[in-house]
Amino acid sequence: MSKTILKLDNVHSYYGRIHALKGISIEVNEGEIVTLIGANGAGKSTTLRTISGLIHPRQGSVTFEGQDISHTEPHLIVQRGLGHVPEGRGIFPKLTVRENLELGAFNLNDKAEMEHRIEQAFSLFPRLKERVTQKGGTLSGGEQQMLATARGMMLKPRVLMLDEPSMGLAPVLVELIFDIIKTMNEQGTTILLVEQNALMALSIAHRGYVLQTGQVVISDTAENLKKNETVQHAYLGVE
Amino acid sequence: MKRFLETINVRELLQPLAQMILFSLGSGAVLSVIVILLALLLDQTAAGQFLLERNKVTILTYTLVNLPQVVLDGLTIGFVYAAIALGYTMVYGVLEFINFAHSEIFAVGAFVGVEFLILLKSFEIIPATSLFMSYLWLIAAILAAMFVAGLLAVSVERIAYRPLRGAPRLVPLISAIGVSFFLQDAIRLIESLTTGQFHRIIPSFGNFDERLVFSKIALGASTIELGIQVKSIIVIVAAMLMLIGLNYLVNATKVGRAIRAVAQDRSTASLMGIDVNRIISLTFLIGGTLGGAAGVLYALKFTRIDPFVGFFPGLKAFTAAVLGGIGNLTGALLGGIVLGMLETFAGAYMSAFTMGAAGAEYKDIFAFSILILVLIFRPHGLMGENVTQKA
Repeated sequence: MSKTILKLDNVHSYYGRIHALKGISIEVNEGEIVTLIGANGAGKSTTLRTISGLIHPRQGSVTFEGQDISHTEPHLIVQRGLGHVPEGRGIFPKLTVRENLELGAFNLNDKAEMEHRIEQAFSLFPRLKERVTQKGGTLSGGEQQMLATARGMMLKPRVLMLDEPSMGLAPVLVELIFDIIKTMNEQGTTILLVEQNALMALSIAHRGYVLQTGQVVISDTAENLKKNETVQHAYLGVE
Repeated sequence: MKRFLETINVRELLQPLAQMILFSLGSGAVLSVIVILLALLLDQTAAGQFLLERNKVTILTYTLVNLPQVVLDGLTIGFVYAAIALGYTMVYGVLEFINFAHSEIFAVGAFVGVEFLILLKSFEIIPATSLFMSYLWLIAAILAAMFVAGLLAVSVERIAYRPLRGAPRLVPLISAIGVSFFLQDAIRLIESLTTGQFHRIIPSFGNFDERLVFSKIALGASTIELGIQVKSIIVIVAAMLMLIGLNYLVNATKVGRAIRAVAQDRSTASLMGIDVNRIISLTFLIGGTLGGAAGVLYALKFTRIDPFVGFFPGLKAFTAAVLGGIGNLTGALLGGIVLGMLETFAGAYMSAFTMGAAGAEYKDIFAFSILILVLIFRPHGLMGENVTQKA
């Protein structure tokens, strides 16, 4: 049993007056791919936003590598090696593809290493290399997702959280993105994946949590979740 | 040295310089053509006859004789407006918030610079000093003003704006207006207590008041004098250097990339590891230092300052920022130059063109009417983009 790298313990988060997370407890072990599945509004994105410090929990704690980060500012959490590719991709529309990538490793001051990581990103996504001087806002949806994923990898995070990486993408691109996520994981990055496409997510994940109205309702291995009748009915489209 | 040069992005240095020259020549040329055409037209009317009878000079001659001076004065004040406008536009770009206290930051800068020079004068360091030292002391005064104004701007943000970050938009706006009044009265109080008066006059030293005359062109009985005051050159050059420096900082450095990222999407910027609060402080620091320097330049050009000195230049610079497209650095530059030119042209010629019915004191009506017209046809300003794309 590998050790827990990220842990949420009874986390309650609010959006203004809306009680979005009602006591979420999640554990992610080093080297795993863990997925959060659930309907719209179940609290998946809010969970990620709470982990990365964009919102702070009102109750409960978030622990990363044994340290409480519940009330740490987002930029400090990123600097500890916990990356977050946000929902809607978060591409800076008026910055070039290259500038977007460089921001992914904002706190890296080694120029040679920066070039090396950018080359790596281009070898994974040759399309981005063709668009290197283009503004982020002029890219297609698929290209923006590639850029967001590549930018998330620029950090070389120990844990990378991805929010809906398949949203709005053609099936071929979804396969590509998921392949890359899997490769990253095999190279040692722990992944926390939020996905609408539950089937796809469970096909690469080790374990999964099912969220419903701000609570964890089922947690199991990916294999078992795929066989679980409730999951099949609600999220996998099996009659 | 060679390696150092290679790391400099020359394009980002030359581009704003080219823009400044283009905007200056462009607005100068357009307005000159307009006044010359108007003069030709008016010479055929009663207004022309009136002036010819009274002063033995046609409106055209009058216009041409004054033109070089008007263009240079327009440029000088235009660059001061541009330097102040950048403070408004930088903060707006990052926070979508109009920092109405910026005009008082400018005033504080002016007072720090002027008091510094008055102090030098009281120790008899100036004016009895070499020309070289005069320039060094002037630069020192500008740097002192930048330092104080920059720190003040950062503190104002810390104390009066940051705690209100999540509040509805009107709230920090009201806070800014409050800070503005507070600073005005603080200057007045401090000046009254320490000097017994709050009108201050910048000491005259160096060769700043001299006038360089390049050539004289005879035009009938009158002559056109092509010349410029030394202090106008200083104002223009100093403002140009600051604008080029700012452009470079924002567009060609890592910090600048972070500023642009925060301006576009604050929460994603924080997910990149950028300390958003630090960037916001930095934005106020940059705006404040530019405003403070502009204050000293303004005092140098117009000599006399009082605690309310920031109000009109601040309002005009805000107008310039809106005219150019608020949030857009190049727009602030263009807006400043255009507005400075417009009001100087209006001030110089309105009296002659209307037979004295509307004198120079109405120049602001003219400048602001243009603003309204521009905004009716281009609501986002001359260079502004559609704001709607930014959620």
